[in-house]
Amino acid sequence: MNIWAPILVLGGIALAFALVSVVAGSFTGPRRYNRARLDSYECGIEPTPQPAGGGRFPIKYYVTAMLFIVFDIEIVFLYPWAVTFDALKIFGLVEMLLFIATVFIAYTYVWRRGGLDWD
Amino acid sequence: MTTLAAVGVIPTPSIQYAAIAPMLIIFGVGLVGVLVEAFVPRGLRHVTQVVITLAGIVAAFVSVVVLAGTHRVVVEGAVAIDGPTLFLWGLILALAFLAVLTIAERALDPGGAFTGSAAALPGSAAEREVSAAGITATEVFPLTLFAVGGMMLFPAANDLLTMFVGLEVLSLPLYLMCGLARRRRLLSQEAAMKYFVLGAYSSGFFLFGIALLYGYAGSFRLAAIASAASSQLGNDGLLLGGMALLTVGLLFKIGAVPFHSWVPDVYQGAPTPVTGFMATATKAAGFGALIRVLYVALPGMTWDWRPIMWGVAILTMVVGSVLAVTQNDVKRMLAYSSVAHAGFILTAVIAATRLGTASVLFYLATYGFATIGAFAIVTLVRDSAGEATHLSQWAGLGRRSPVVAGSFALFLLAFAGIPLTSGFTGKFAVFTAALDAGAAPVVIVGVLSSAVAAFFYIRVIVVMFFSAPAPDGPTVVIPSAFTSVAVAIGVAVTVVLGVVPAPILDLANRASLFVR
Repeated sequence: MNIWAPILVLGGIALAFALVSVVAGSFTGPRRYNRARLDSYECGIEPTPQPAGGGRFPIKYYVTAMLFIVFDIEIVFLYPWAVTFDALKIFGLVEMLLFIATVFIAYTYVWRRGGLDWD
Repeated sequence: MTTLAAVGVIPTPSIQYAAIAPMLIIFGVGLVGVLVEAFVPRGLRHVTQVVITLAGIVAAFVSVVVLAGTHRVVVEGAVAIDGPTLFLWGLILALAFLAVLTIAERALDPGGAFTGSAAALPGSAAEREVSAAGITATEVFPLTLFAVGGMMLFPAANDLLTMFVGLEVLSLPLYLMCGLARRRRLLSQEAAMKYFVLGAYSSGFFLFGIALLYGYAGSFRLAAIASAASSQLGNDGLLLGGMALLTVGLLFKIGAVPFHSWVPDVYQGAPTPVTGFMATATKAAGFGALIRVLYVALPGMTWDWRPIMWGVAILTMVVGSVLAVTQNDVKRMLAYSSVAHAGFILTAVIAATRLGTASVLFYLATYGFATIGAFAIVTLVRDSAGEATHLSQWAGLGRRSPVVAGSFALFLLAFAGIPLTSGFTGKFAVFTAALDAGAAPVVIVGVLSSAVAAFFYIRVIVVMFFSAPAPDGPTVVIPSAFTSVAVAIGVAVTVVLGVVPAPILDLANRASLFVR
């Protein structure tokens, strides 16, 4: 019980928070059932229609999700570069432009081959 | 901003662009290939891709030749440009050139060996729609170039993280390319899935090995790990564990027993031009990385890794040869034969001498050209369902198409190590290196498994030339110039390296010194 105590306390608080939220929600929340409640949750928009009895359906978000990851990673590199721009000088600028150009080539491919069309 | 002022000027790393020009050319042309996919009209894409891909490979080869004799560490110690690197770069580029020729072939199957809709469910309406419209895809060319770039970085890496990046850059495009077959798409997708799952698993081993070695040496640099190991100050458990896990990752890529189980399934399912590419160029890159790790980072540990490698080499030769005898499918047989050949190369790896390095390099060249030619011939023997790979369908092939069957017989004789073919000089080189290092038992097993292997190579020749052709057997389709040139170069190199091996042996000998 020395340096590890805070971790145990943190775990206890996290557990207590989870239990209190779930229990309190079930006691205090209103219970009104309607069709929207039973639908699958897709970030607030109308759920994608699914074939009756299961089967394959298009997951249209995946291209967008993959593009998001690509640009997310790009940002991860852009922030430190922006902070140290003065220190890295022209070398950093050239390397970063090369990096952005490479990512942009992948983006052009997605765009030209219809990856950004919804239907 | 006081923090910025405190940072001051970060010393910019020195990057010798000229020394890594071959890789930059390959990656650059790969990116141009992606742009071609985006902007060039569909009808012109195939010819454009073939031209720029072949031109890029030739340009990279020329820049490798210009670099000949370089012996230094560049890019802040991340990449080693030395004899083995340059020899393997030249070899990988030459093999990639032949592989691209077979990939570009479109006379055998309308639209080529690659599907126009890799994402469509096999047998679905979407797939039929695409094939009825005659839509073809040419993404395989940039994918090949990215894989080649990774294969060049992998054996040249002078620190473990760069090596891991090279491993992933070469692997990821290959996983995709395995699943692109036009015919037998389920088998092809199964191969891609298996290769991906097992490849990711082995990358995990490789990465964990890197982590342990970093924990031991406090550096990713191969030379720093070597000096840490020689000072023997750190925790031996970390060093031995890291070495074992790293080696597992590398042995998986070269398909050594007991990490070979993916080889037959993936080689059989992948489109045959891709199989030829994988079986030769990936193996060259993998062995390059293996000998660099063992010789540069772990030279002081030779007495620890050598007994294990003895076992792996013996197992690989025996299991590969014995299982090849039982195969009825030509592609699976060639796959097991490539496992056995990995074992033969490992006998030179355990020598841990300059002669060992030179023989590994030379064997990779002899094996590579024969293998890529053999897989190119597999694409020619077809019936209505595509390639006819069952051995019984090859009966009597020699009577109907003596040239094709004769070339295949030559490649098989080279695999068996018959004199006057490249296989003999290659085997002679690796066994001499192993004997020099005192590995006589391994060499005896090697010679015995060569004899077992010779049995099934000769069996195929007997089937082709001395049995009656089946009445509804497959036909040999006349290919366009692409495959013909690939096979012709394969035959020529196999004969030349068998009759006058001295120039290439000499080159391998001079290229056998690692920079540290």
